[in-house]
Amino acid sequence: METVNLTIDNREIGVAKGTTILQAAKQLGIEIPTLCYYHLENLDIENKPGGCRVCVVEVEERRNLAPACSTNCEEGMVVRTHSMRVLNARRTVVELLLSDHPADCLVCAKSGHCELQTLAQKLGVREIAYQGEQSHYRKDLSPSIVRDVDKCVMCRRCETMCNEVQTVGALSAVNRGFNAVVSPAFEMDLEKSPCTFCGQCVTACPTGALTEVDHTARVIAALADPTKTVVVQTAPAVRVALGEEFGMAPGTIVTGKLAAALRALGFDRVFDTDFAADLTIMEEGSELLGRLSAFMNGDKSVKLPILTSCCPAWVNFFEYNYPDMLDVPSSAKSPQQMFGAIAKTYFADKIGVKREDLVVVSVMPCLAKKYECQREEFKTDGVPDVDIAISTRELAHLIKQSNIDFADLPEEDFDHPLGESTGAAVIFGVTGGVIEAATRTAYELFTGKTLGKVEFEALRGMDGVRVATVDFDGTPIRIGIAHGLGHARQLLDAVRHNELDLHAIEVMACPGGCIGGGGQPYHHGNAAILEARAKAIYREDEGKALRKSHENEYVKRLYEEFLRHPMSEKAHHLLHTRYFDHSDTIEAI
Amino acid sequence: MKRITLSESKVNAIREICQAYNNDKGEVINVLHKVQGAFGYLPEAVQEVVAHELNMPVAHVYGIVTFYSFFSMVPKGEHPISICMGTACYVRGAEKVLDEFKRQLKINVGETTADGKFSLNCLRCVGACGLAPVAMVGEKVYGRLTPDQVKDIIAEYK
Repeated sequence: METVNLTIDNREIGVAKGTTILQAAKQLGIEIPTLCYYHLENLDIENKPGGCRVCVVEVEERRNLAPACSTNCEEGMVVRTHSMRVLNARRTVVELLLSDHPADCLVCAKSGHCELQTLAQKLGVREIAYQGEQSHYRKDLSPSIVRDVDKCVMCRRCETMCNEVQTVGALSAVNRGFNAVVSPAFEMDLEKSPCTFCGQCVTACPTGALTEVDHTARVIAALADPTKTVVVQTAPAVRVALGEEFGMAPGTIVTGKLAAALRALGFDRVFDTDFAADLTIMEEGSELLGRLSAFMNGDKSVKLPILTSCCPAWVNFFEYNYPDMLDVPSSAKSPQQMFGAIAKTYFADKIGVKREDLVVVSVMPCLAKKYECQREEFKTDGVPDVDIAISTRELAHLIKQSNIDFADLPEEDFDHPLGESTGAAVIFGVTGGVIEAATRTAYELFTGKTLGKVEFEALRGMDGVRVATVDFDGTPIRIGIAHGLGHARQLLDAVRHNELDLHAIEVMACPGGCIGGGGQPYHHGNAAILEARAKAIYREDEGKALRKSHENEYVKRLYEEFLRHPMSEKAHHLLHTRYFDHSDTIEAI
Repeated sequence: MKRITLSESKVNAIREICQAYNNDKGEVINVLHKVQGAFGYLPEAVQEVVAHELNMPVAHVYGIVTFYSFFSMVPKGEHPISICMGTACYVRGAEKVLDEFKRQLKINVGETTADGKFSLNCLRCVGACGLAPVAMVGEKVYGRLTPDQVKDIIAEYK
């Protein structure tokens, strides 16, 4: 490896050839500010248009200032990251950005988390020095995401996420000059575009141009309504990320405080989506085993591989892109929707509350869940199974608004019966987790033997596409895993062309799985935060007394009292769904 | 999700152009250039078909169409008028000439008159800087223009 030696801010450093000034400075602990640059190293995600010029530095014997993010280190370079010339240029760049930006920070949804605001503070901008021409676009309100592109700074981070990482292709840079923004084709509503509502654009957006649809007011109204019984469910990935909103270290597990906070907010019952995740395994695992046995007995009509269907953005993606393969995914509903269906039947009956008087709120790491719970097929007589889905960030807002000192809360438990769960359910929150949970149960049901070690390390990791073989007591089961929709597309294209011989595939739309979901606390491109959350998920699993979904006593009881057995007619009616062709078609007339 | 409907002959014409470029998305600008040549402009449905044929998101096609001033989403007039706004033309008064065209035709840049006769656009340099300021009507070039000549130029085409 060739090394180049250079000086940055009077400090000498040797770095591998090809290292940028930005990376070299980072190795010295010098954080050069950036805006358009976005890099999640371990996930191979990078946006480096070199366009915003916030990261400029002075390089001796170079005429102009160099963008540190996209200038490679060279032998003998002398770099200054905070000379007067640099500081003036950097401040001017930010002032020019602000000249075409609505200065409504006081009421902006991103205030406090906005990278442009942080930059302006850091650089000491105290007045908007230039009056620029301001572009005005209408606000686009989809079921999950709000686009307010007057706040777009053309960093193109969302465009990279939507196109290169997710290969969804809903967003593109359009128009030019002051009018340049990122938008769907023809400035159509996001809802009418190929958008899957994965929310990765929101995760990457440095400003308030892309945010979630805020449903906290609806939760407050439901809690204040004395005629309603309000129950809440919370997804696995929330408990390993919510703490960040309260200054805790990434990867802090806050399950007990989360339950306590939800109770303090006034929910009548504090339940856990993990219960429904265990239920999902019973249904999806049984479906997998059913398809497997039929296939092995020579039934050629059986579709394999089976695809997981927990992720609503993934469902939107295949309904748009793979309308020819709608019979391949599992028909099992997602845990959120299974929870809603059981809460509004089994549980409502148990406590003697009418379906329409029960409000189900879910706390999700996800923005697509907002869309999912509004889908027509998840309603009975116009009443949805899940009424309101809020993100991890929205829950943090609710807690702060309600004067609850989160850090000081006691550790509490979830309520019964829909609050009991196993470790298998917790790992739904990370890539590979759903299929590992399914494997734990399917193995025991298939072989009739008890697993010695429940961890399947081969299914874990952060590689975008993973293929592993699990030995089912002599029968090799081949499993594919993809996280990020671009990786899912690679796997699905291979399946479509019969290039991969797999039995089951897990897909999660977000890089890293739900821990990196569009509704999670902003990580601002810090990949270490995602890793810490993933580790916390596995720690939470290890700490559980039960780690296989079919051992969940309350799930067993649900089958005994109500559903009878997995894939029963009742289970089919309540816990399974179907998919629709949402592709665009060209018709000649 | 949405259906794009266009006459069969138009769809086939677009398909032929795309095939001439091997349906290569890297050739999208050339494809759009040819398609605009054939139809006069690039309405939404046409962009949808191009995107479909080249297997690329229509958002990207739209991004390209709205970035390059050569491309238009509104039908051009029978006599498209282009005013050069390159540096040489600009400093020699192109803006005043443009304003006069706008005033006479009662349209803005990028628009077409109600009778479909004229459309107005700006472009960057036609390579005749010695004649600045320059305007084109169709393929014909008018040089050393002053605002008071505008009325007569329009009259030539009425």
